[in-house]
Formats: sequence, structure tokens, C-alpha cells
Amino acid sequence: MEVPDQRLPAATFENLALPLFDQLYNFAHWLTQDRAEAEDLVQETYAKALRGFATFQPGTNFRAWIFRILRNSFLTTRAGLKATVGFDEEQHTDAATHNVSAEENLIEQSNHEMVQQALERLPVPFREILLFYEVEEMSYQETANTLGVPIGTVMSRLSRARKALRADLLKQLKEGRHGM
Amino acid sequence: MACDSPPERLDAYVDDELSAAEASSVRDHLRNCPSCAADALSQIRLRRKVADAGVRYQPASELRNKIVGRYSTRARPRHLQWAILTVPALVVLLVILSANFFVAREKMRQQRVLGEVADLHIAALASASPVDVLSTDQHTVKPWFEGKIPFTFNLPDVQGSDFTLRGGRVSYLAQSPGAQLIYQLRKHSLSVFIFQDRAEQYGTTALEPVEFQTFHVESWNQHGLRYFIVGDVNANDIQSLSKLFRDAG
Repeated sequence: MEVPDQRLPAATFENLALPLFDQLYNFAHWLTQDRAEAEDLVQETYAKALRGFATFQPGTNFRAWIFRILRNSFLTTRAGLKATVGFDEEQHTDAATHNVSAEENLIEQSNHEMVQQALERLPVPFREILLFYEVEEMSYQETANTLGVPIGTVMSRLSRARKALRADLLKQLKEGRHGM
Repeated sequence: MACDSPPERLDAYVDDELSAAEASSVRDHLRNCPSCAADALSQIRLRRKVADAGVRYQPASELRNKIVGRYSTRARPRHLQWAILTVPALVVLLVILSANFFVAREKMRQQRVLGEVADLHIAALASASPVDVLSTDQHTVKPWFEGKIPFTFNLPDVQGSDFTLRGGRVSYLAQSPGAQLIYQLRKHSLSVFIFQDRAEQYGTTALEPVEFQTFHVESWNQHGLRYFIVGDVNANDIQSLSKLFRDAG
């Protein structure tokens, strides 16, 4: 069978996929929390993306497409299943109150490491949406495409993720104070 | 007092996902609602922190080589080609690469600082009391900062210019205290920020007025201090005010 190649020359995959290497790795490591697993995940992602590249529609968002491949690959691993099956968004944010003015000064004191620890502890669905939105700087629409959910879900989940992150930071700050 | 405006709208505003008209109506609301303004500022700060903290893991060079080797179709350098790349050529390449890297990093840092300065400006204007020392007299405003910030600075005499001093407040950038002076020009407010210069935080280059979000921002350092001027006025107006400051400094 002959595959006409002029529509999607091989160089296109390379030009689109290789510049995303560092970002894909960073995201994979955040998801897996393990270097070796992150490396496997990135390699698997590139292999799958190249195989499926014929189904990628030029002109649509390649970044969302390849991040979705990475994410789906992760979700089918044991760790991925464990992280997401039975996850209840609402249950994870009920406790977080929203009294910004009282918290604001405290949150301001949180440093880089504390935010990283808080992100690490967040449930995967919250962690990944914050990474897509804040670190990859995707729009609501792009995030929705990557996650395969409606925009409304992106907005509500993002809001819950931020509340959960805030709650974790506050907890760390308060504990740090008592510890002193 | 809690505000009953829908939080989703504020979130979408902070996320820069509203149309220009919607954003402008939220901005109007923020000017009159300290509670929402504080909320918005807090969200913006949290967003910055997450964006910073989220870039954390670097891939190993072995993995990079593996991926690039497998998916790059460009001719890989053969031994002969490597031999041609003599040491001086490599040094030149290295210099170019690190210069590019430096420029990119500097630019990113600058963007971040500009964003922060613009936020401080918005936050002050949106707050119920934009200034802590309310005076049009630089001889009142300047001494007010004594003991509140760890440096002194000179304020220009703006009498005879189109600018009016409205007052000042202590402001924080990257955890260090500095002075924020608020000036009025026609119906617009401008903030002048003065901090101790820290190249590692603010970058080293001076900045001609640049457009940032809906503002113009200019920045320079003088006598160990880093100045920022930000306002929703045109670049020429920003420059007139900066000239007054440069001459006074």
C-alpha cells in the first residue's frame, strides 16, 4: 500500500513534536512522580504519536493532541488508574473555605518549594489541570480539548483545584508556624 | 463584606478568558469592590506561583539524545563533520547559544516583573485606600517613607507639569519593600515604583516604554534603585514623567 506523504511530510512530525520534549517530560514527571516512569511515558508518547500522526488533522492543535496521548497513556497505567478511579472532585474541596482576605497574607508567604509540595500532593485530576492551564498556558478551550471535557468542566475543576491548592498551602503555613 | 458577583466571572477575568467588553465591566466592578479586587489579586498571585513552581523537572540528556536521534530526520553529524567543527567554531556556537539563552531568560524575567508591577498598580487603584500618605506635596510624601523602606530617593517637583502627585504607599515586589507614588495625569493614574535594584530579580536592562496588557511600562535603574512607571497612558506621557524622575534622581 502506498501512503501519499506530501500532506504530512515526516519533517512535520519532527518540527511539531520535538520542541515539546521538555514540556512533555516535565508534565510526565509531575504525573508519575518518578524519573524512570516519566521517561518510559515520554518514549511511549512519541512512539504512539508518530504511529497515529496520520490521524492528526493539520491546522488543529498539535500540542493538545500530543499531551492528550501522554495523559491517556498515563491513565491506563496502574498508577494512573489508581490516581483517577473513584476520584470525587467535590469531596476534595468541600473543606476548603473561601475567605480570601484573611488568607491572603499567609498565601503570600508561601515559597516555591511549598507550592511544589502542594502540587505534588494534589490529586492527579487537579494537578494536571493546573499544569495544563498555568504552566502550559493553555486556554480554557485548549485545556478542554486536551482533557476531552466541556469548557464548563474545565472552569469548575480549575476553580476546585485552586481551592485545594490554597487549602494545602494554608495548612503548610499554619503547621510551619506551630512548629517554630 | 462579601460581594454577590459570581465568582466564575472573576475567575474568567483573572484567567484572561473574557471578551474585551466583559473584562472592562469586571474592571469597573473591581474599582468599587475591594473584596473582589483583593480576591482577584490573590488569584493572580497564586497563578504566578503555580506557573513558577510547575516548571520543575528536566529530562536527562540520555533521553533527549534518544528521542532526538529517533525522531529527527535531519542528517546526523558524521565523524567527518564533527572534525570540521573545530574548537573555535564550537566556542562561537556556545557563545551564540548562551547569548540566546540569556536573552530569552532575561525577557521572561522581565515579562514576569512587568506583570507583577502592573498587578500592584491595579491593586492599589482598586483598593479602598489607594494611598497611605495623601498629599500633593513631595516634601510631605518623601519623609513619610523614612523608616518604612530601606533606602531614600528623590522626588521631582511636578509643579508646572501636567502631572499631579496624589500620594504614596509602601509596596512589595519579590518580598522587598519599596515606594509606590501615585500621579494623576488628566483622568489617568500612573504609579511610579522605586525598589532597591536587584539584577537577579528585575533583570539588568532598562526598558523603553513598552505596552504591557493595557498599560505602558517603563523601567530603568539609577543610583542602585530600580524604577518602574506604569499607567494606562501613552508612551510619551510615561516618558515625560520618567524624565522628571531621572532629572531629580
